[in-house]
Amino acid sequence: MSEITEAPHGDLLVMLRHAPHGSLWLREALDLALVGAAFGQSVSLLLMGDGVWALLRGQGPGPLGQKGSQSTFEMLEMYDIERLYIDVDSLEARGLTRDDLLLPVIEVPTSELSTVLAGHRQIFNF
Amino acid sequence: MRYALLVLGGPYSHQAAHSALRFAHAAIARGHRVDTVFFYHDGVHNAAHFAAPPQDEPHLVDAWCDLQRTHGTALQVCVAAALRRGLLDAREAERHGKSGASLEPSFELTGLGQLLDIGQTHERLITFAP
Repeated sequence: MSEITEAPHGDLLVMLRHAPHGSLWLREALDLALVGAAFGQSVSLLLMGDGVWALLRGQGPGPLGQKGSQSTFEMLEMYDIERLYIDVDSLEARGLTRDDLLLPVIEVPTSELSTVLAGHRQIFNF
Repeated sequence: MRYALLVLGGPYSHQAAHSALRFAHAAIARGHRVDTVFFYHDGVHNAAHFAAPPQDEPHLVDAWCDLQRTHGTALQVCVAAALRRGLLDAREAERHGKSGASLEPSFELTGLGQLLDIGQTHERLITFAP
């Protein structure tokens, strides 16, 4: 867990703004990130809005019939996707803290999100 | 300017596809090119061969085909997103033991790598999402 210590950078930034399970937004956004990484691009994720729920600890596919995304998040390191930026204001607004999260994240205040966007060559907003 | 469009919204359910088409026509009218439209997420339903809207509504699938025919715009559909939503070309239909193709022939099934390529080979990639 950290705050921004180096300038955000990368080829591809995938923004995750939807909660898991209720729709396919999150999973199809992660698919794009994985493909980018498989093609050798340097990939970052940015979780904001309801997207911060994606990293909540202790999720499972359960009885909903959706595949869920926790297993994909657990695979990110294998794909060398290690920069997970999170909008800390979105996190706090939902009563969550970094301790509730599955993976280490880089905390970014909303006012500094533009530096994350500016540091990436290509951005996809889901 | 060489544009590419990314459509994430299904036809009629959301404004995204209508807006993407209007943007394409406006850009072309101004002398720009819209070389590629990529369909992902629920946007893949824009490629539904069997779409049959009432006659007093715009026919979005036909409108995309018309764009392709008139201006050479490539219509590309993410294969994984399409297959799970029941949009199969003849080859995929055969592979999955289904009869008939539900993907409009003017559209082409392709992978997400193609979407990343498009972002690099066009001057602008504009997303239309619900």
